[in-house]
Order: sequence, then C-alpha cells, then structure tokens
Amino acid sequence: MRDVSFGQYYPTNSVVHRLDPRAKVVFSILFMVTIFFVVSYAGYALVALFLLTVCLLSKIPVRNVIKSVKAILFIMLFTAIINIFFYDSGKVLVEWWKIKITLGGIDFAIKMALRISLLVMGTSLLSFTTTPMELTDAIESLLKPLKYIGVPVHDIALIMSIALRFIPGLMDETDKIMMAQKARGAEIDTGGLIKKVKAMLPVLIPLFVSAIRRADELADALDARCYNATEHRTKMKLLKITYKDVIAFLFVAAFATLIFLDKYLLNGADSYIVNFVKGLFA
Amino acid sequence: MQIVVKDLNYTYSARTPFERHALKGVNLTINEGDFLGIIGHTGSGKSTFIMHLNGLFKLQSGEIDVFDIKLVPDKKKKSDLRRLRGTVGMVFQYPEYQLFEDTVEKDVAFGPKNMGLDADEVSKRVKRAIELVGLDYEDIKDRAPFELSGGQKRRVAIAGIIAMQPKVLILDEPTAGLDPYGKEQILSLITHLKKECSPTVIVISHDVDEITRFANRIIVFNNGKVMFDLPMNELFRHADELHAVGLEIPKAVRIAQKLRERGVQLEGDIVSLNDLLHAIVVAYNKKHIDETVDENLNFSAFEFDLNDSSTCKKGEGKA
Repeated sequence: MRDVSFGQYYPTNSVVHRLDPRAKVVFSILFMVTIFFVVSYAGYALVALFLLTVCLLSKIPVRNVIKSVKAILFIMLFTAIINIFFYDSGKVLVEWWKIKITLGGIDFAIKMALRISLLVMGTSLLSFTTTPMELTDAIESLLKPLKYIGVPVHDIALIMSIALRFIPGLMDETDKIMMAQKARGAEIDTGGLIKKVKAMLPVLIPLFVSAIRRADELADALDARCYNATEHRTKMKLLKITYKDVIAFLFVAAFATLIFLDKYLLNGADSYIVNFVKGLFA
Repeated sequence: MQIVVKDLNYTYSARTPFERHALKGVNLTINEGDFLGIIGHTGSGKSTFIMHLNGLFKLQSGEIDVFDIKLVPDKKKKSDLRRLRGTVGMVFQYPEYQLFEDTVEKDVAFGPKNMGLDADEVSKRVKRAIELVGLDYEDIKDRAPFELSGGQKRRVAIAGIIAMQPKVLILDEPTAGLDPYGKEQILSLITHLKKECSPTVIVISHDVDEITRFANRIIVFNNGKVMFDLPMNELFRHADELHAVGLEIPKAVRIAQKLRERGVQLEGDIVSLNDLLHAIVVAYNKKHIDETVDENLNFSAFEFDLNDSSTCKKGEGKA
C-alpha cells in the first residue's frame, strides 16, 4: 500500500514547485488535451522529452514518475490487448476465428499504451509538485466564475480538500487493519482473484466503519467551531501570477504548438518511416 | 524457548525524501515467561520492532528467531508465517477497529480458522477465549460486535487473538482511549491471560506508572535503538537519563527523588507506590522509634491499594 506513488507530494522546493498552482492546473489540462492530438511516434518522443524536462526541473527522481504508471498498468495492458485483437486495419498478420491481428492494430495499440502512460506520468507530476491544499485552492480560484450562476464553489472546494486530506489517513488505516488481520492469520496477498477479493472483506468492512466514524467526527468538529462556507472568508495564502508562470506558460504553449503542427501540417513527422515499415510486411 | 533478535535494522520509504531509519541494530533476547514492558517515544521504533516479531514486516537486515521459527532477509527461504502467527499473538492499538464479522462468535473464530484447525477445535477455542477475557459466552456469542460497548469490543478483539492460543502475547497500548476503570480491567485481564494462556507477555505503553505495576523487565527504545534493557527495579536508577530523552518517570520515583534531595534516607530501589510507602515507613521507624521495641512490627502488612486511591489499608492503625 505504501508504494502507491500516485498523488503523493514530493517536496524538493524546485522552480516547478513554486509555480502558481492555478497555472499548473491549467498546464496539466492543456497537456492532457494536447496528448490526444499526438499522431506520430515523433510526437510521443516530444511528449516524453517534455515530461523529462519538467521532471528534471522539478528535481523529482524519474524513477518515481515512471513508477506512477504501475497503478494503471492493468488498464494499460488490457486496452492494448483489446486493441491488438479487435482493431482492424492494414495488413492481417494472424487470423483466427473472429480475431484478427493486423499491423494497424499493433501500431494503434502501442500508441494507445504510450498515450495512457504518458498521460498518467504528466498528471502525476502535478501531484508530485503541488500539495493537495494548493490544488484545491487553485481549483476553487479557477471555478470562481461559476459562482455567478449559483454553483457553491467554496463548498465544492471544501469537500475536495477534505476528501484529499482523508486519503493518506485512510491509506494508513488500511495498512494498520491489514496488519491486524494478517496477525490473525489472514492471507491477503495469496490465492486467486476471487480468493483475494474475499480476503479483502476483513479489511474493507473495518475500513468503511472507520471512514464513516471519521467523517462523523469531522462534521461535528466543523460544527463545533461554527464553520460555514460564507462568502467573506479570507485566505491565508493569496495566489499570485508572476513572471515565472508566464515563462512556464510559453514553454508549455511551445510544446503544444509543436504537437499541433505535427498533426495538421506534417501529418505525423515520421509517417514516411512508419509507412515504410508497414510496406516491408505488405 | 527464547525470542532472539540479532542486529535488526529497518528503514521506511528507503530512497525517498521521507526516508526514516526506524530500527538501528537492535539486539535483544526475550525469555519464556518474561513480562516485558516496552517504553519509548512515538517514532522510537518500538511498534516497528514488535511488528517484526510477528513477521508483519519483511526483514531488511538482521535475524529473528521466535521459539525456533527463523526469520531471515533471504527471499528464497520462506519462513513459516502461519506457525509464527499462531505462536505470537499481536493485539494492535485500538484492536476493536479490526472487528468485521456479523457475530462475536464468528469474529473470534477468524484467527483459529485461518490457522487451519477443524471446526470442533475452533468452536472449543472460541468459547474458551471469550470466557478467558471475562465475557459471558452464551450471552454474547450471537450479538453483533458493533453493538457492544467500547470495553466489551476491546475484549472481543483480544479474545480473537487469544483464540489462536499464542505462546507470546504482544499488546500495543492496550489501555489507550479507555477510562480509568476500563484501564484497570484490561490490566488485570492481561495479568490473568499471562497466567492462563500466554506465559510470555510484551506490552507497549507510554504510561510508565501503568507499566511499572506488572512488568518485570523494561526495554527503553530511543531513536531506533535499545537505550536500556533492565529489570524494573534497576531501570529507574537512570531516572535522569530517561528524563533527558523526554520520557516520563513514575510518580513514586519522582517523589522518592525529591525526598532524598531533602535528606530523607530511603533505602532500596523504589519503583511503585508500594515500594515508596514501605521505604518511608522503614525510614520513619529508624528515626523515631527505638528499634528494640519495634522489632516485631510487621511492615509487609502495609498495602497501598491503587484501586482505592490514596488510602493505606490494614496496618494503618498500628503505625
């Protein structure tokens, strides 16, 4: 449980850490959108290069960023396999019953796997460099315009920050309960899938009970201190856009532009090479 | 039969900025029949240490031998964890938070069932365990654990460990979060369990006054190392050093220290309030009463009753 690095702040106080969290959230959204426009392997190489640069700038070990893919490895492999078997385009390599493995399918599967893993690495960089509190502040600030159409933005932000704040606590709790049940001879890590799910029950039930208890206690504590999400709450830390954020924006924008150029102007910079390789099989 | 720990090291989150050396070369031998108290700050490594005794952490370096079940860092050699967990019973902090079944009986049966015992043996053990922790088996067995009171829940959780009939019983802060009455009950339960079920008991506590009442040997953890490993009466000769690392000193020790500073001649090692009372009476007699007259005064008749705070029973009249 402790090795799940997804969503864990990694303090190094680098340039990236000190960027305005709102800017980082916007960059992440931009990154996510951009990655869906990548068409060529050259484009993916560029994305990887971009991530590597951010990673080095933020002084986070590359190992940790790559490890964040571990959490979605199963989904990644699953989609890749489905794509290989059912995506039908180009030269057929193997055919069996309704399943066809085609060149286009393999090409598409590899790109899909690259896309998902780079997407996760990119977003994990946000959570590596931004504390959950900064993140909720940023989202609250970004959603502010919605206030005017009656959306309770502050309440939503509070719910989010509470949810985020609970994650490490619940992880610890899971760890403890797992240990306690292991001490009673529960075999949690062994056996097949169904056996494993069954073995999780002694962990999940106490976990839910304690989560509900904690939520109840927190609600009481908020009430006892007369907390309400009034309009005139002030902030201890005010967010401010500086020249650093502008430079960072230019950097991200340049990256996005290159990807779009690759798609719309060059139709994939390496399409000649890919087509050549495909031609070898044809 | 012994528990031998050799050169045990453990590091949390190695190679990250959160890296923390929880244990640094711990060497210990725990004998069968020991009533061991472990004290230390939060983060001193005491919890990490006891969890190793139950095989809950993979060994990073060092060696552990629990009643001839060997644990080594070597991945290829699989240690017999099932047997280990039947031998060492581990009661975590707030054990009532681990209850999950819909009846008390089923919950207590979880441990022995996991040990692979047959149904007859399991139900026999469950009944005995529930009775050992002082609950009425017939009355409680079909009730849901969540509808019990806090103290009862804790007893049920302890019964769940006892039902595995461990030879060594480890308890982490067994009285945390209980009221004084509940604390007394759990403490006498532990003494009872040592007699009836598990001859070796290890208790972690931050309350030194509590631990001095039953442990015969105390281990002090500080900064991932064993700072002291002494019989109870000798430990508090080092009161100043303990104080220096921020550990609490039992009331009796502190009072004795103050009295000595004021020139009162107290003899022997004073740990509990009983010791203190005896020493004070002895000192008083030495000073004021002609010894030849008082030769047959029976001092052991003085009993300091902790349940009934601040009173002297029996011998009070005589003095």
